[in-house]
Amino acid sequence: MKQGTIKQILLLTDGCSNHGEDPVAMAALAREQGITVNVIGIVDDEAADQRGFQEIDQIALSGGGISQTVYAKQLSHTVQMVTRQAMTQTLQGVVNEQLKKILHNETTMEALPPETRGEVMEVVDELGETANLEVLILVDTSASMKNKLPTVKEALLDLSLSMNARMGSNLFSLSVFPGKRKETEQLLEWTPKLESLTTMFSRLSPGGLTPTGPAIREAISRFKTKRSRKGWLPKDDEYIEKSV
Amino acid sequence: MMNTSKNQFSVGRGAVIHGKWHKQAYLVERKLGQGAAGTVYLVNGSGGTAALKFSSQLSITAEMNVLKAFAKVQGSSLGPSLLDADDWESRNGVQPFYVMEYIEGPTLSAFIQARGSSWIGVLLLQLLENLHMLHEAGWIFGDIKPDNLIVSGPPFALRCIDVGGTTKMGRAVKEYTEFFDRGYWRAGSRKAEPSYDLFAAAMVAVNLVYPERFPRNESGVKQLVDKVRQKKELTAFAPVLIKALQGEYSSARMMREELLAALGTEPIKKEALKARPAARKKTGRTALKRKQRKEQGLLTMTAVLLVAALYVLYVLAELLI
Repeated sequence: MKQGTIKQILLLTDGCSNHGEDPVAMAALAREQGITVNVIGIVDDEAADQRGFQEIDQIALSGGGISQTVYAKQLSHTVQMVTRQAMTQTLQGVVNEQLKKILHNETTMEALPPETRGEVMEVVDELGETANLEVLILVDTSASMKNKLPTVKEALLDLSLSMNARMGSNLFSLSVFPGKRKETEQLLEWTPKLESLTTMFSRLSPGGLTPTGPAIREAISRFKTKRSRKGWLPKDDEYIEKSV
Repeated sequence: MMNTSKNQFSVGRGAVIHGKWHKQAYLVERKLGQGAAGTVYLVNGSGGTAALKFSSQLSITAEMNVLKAFAKVQGSSLGPSLLDADDWESRNGVQPFYVMEYIEGPTLSAFIQARGSSWIGVLLLQLLENLHMLHEAGWIFGDIKPDNLIVSGPPFALRCIDVGGTTKMGRAVKEYTEFFDRGYWRAGSRKAEPSYDLFAAAMVAVNLVYPERFPRNESGVKQLVDKVRQKKELTAFAPVLIKALQGEYSSARMMREELLAALGTEPIKKEALKARPAARKKTGRTALKRKQRKEQGLLTMTAVLLVAALYVLYVLAELLI
């Protein structure tokens, strides 16, 4: 199996969308294009918005990803766990497909005896360690998120720390919604390290609507523009062709 | 694909869990614990008492691989041995599980609380010896913390009941607990290398004297160094802990040797003296038993003597008549 790239959108929010397209539909659109959508809902107390949580679960479900609701202080740990679990889940999906091809039937990992399953898992693990990862992080910056943003910043730095300990390469990009003038604003272009976001975060001024749907739509296009940007990745075949 | 955040289910006492592949049956005695990673039950199988763990497909398989790797590490007894792995076709669908050795004893924190801080250094030596063997085999423990460590015995031996964080050297540590994670304290990366485990081992000692733990401030490792210096229970080997926190040991053996040297010097003797009352409880009890035994011996002796004396009197009386 050749080295693949795992594409993920990581959405950090604290409630329900109230503007633009249905985010659940946009998540399904992302999945169609091989991008997994993971959602982390951040709460501050028991009095949480039930409707918001339903939406969070549905976005992840239709985006083929994982959803998790946490208190702000557990965020760091959760962000890296969700990212990892979703990676493993994607890879397991790929491995299951391969198994079906090899064995010409409906064999999945679950149908294998425990010993064989262990060997397959070892392959999944190996892939998770070496695969390239692209994560587009979408942070909700509506008014209610104001006091949670310092924690979000910490969590993202922590994610960068965890992912960069892997053998595979990483690219992160960061957008916030709503933006100053547009629905979504890009804060950070694709980069292997997230450390540079520290200063940007303090300059944010939370407020406005929650256009979750449009933000996901735009995130999908950011994966595409990245690909067409010439020379971004030196290994890119396309780039070599064009520059010859 | 499934949402993985909901796989908790419960099995009651008296339930029987049948393995689909290996046809073993396990009678559930009670629940031992439940965490984010799964639920563990005390069970009775054909091989006697054991611990049975249910968890999600992914973590079960990953943990089993680690336990198998542990079994290959010569001489290390840190992790529990893997006894069986199977699927149970329950009413709620197929539940993967594995069965491991049941390790009995108090957690490291409870043990230190009951027996005193003079045990910290000794058990840390044991931990380092075990880590050394694991590292030699190409693995990093990862999630070291007192809640995961059990003191079995006597003779007291440090065992680990959760091996979920064990990672191949050179990869990224996936499972960790913030307080023991050097990434959290901004003291280094999450790359699986011996120094990662040694940082966590030093933090275990810190946690034992700060049971409440403490939140991080902005000063990074310096905060930890100050915390170590503030506790006199750690004075004897504080320099060793500080070096481990600063990532200055590249092998567990190196840290172990310096810890051993530090424990052999003066201050620890004072520590040992101070902690003795806790240990005396036990010697007190055995002494009492010994005294009782002595008294019993005395009683039999007098009885024998009395009988002998009576017999002599009887013989004398017979002779005189």
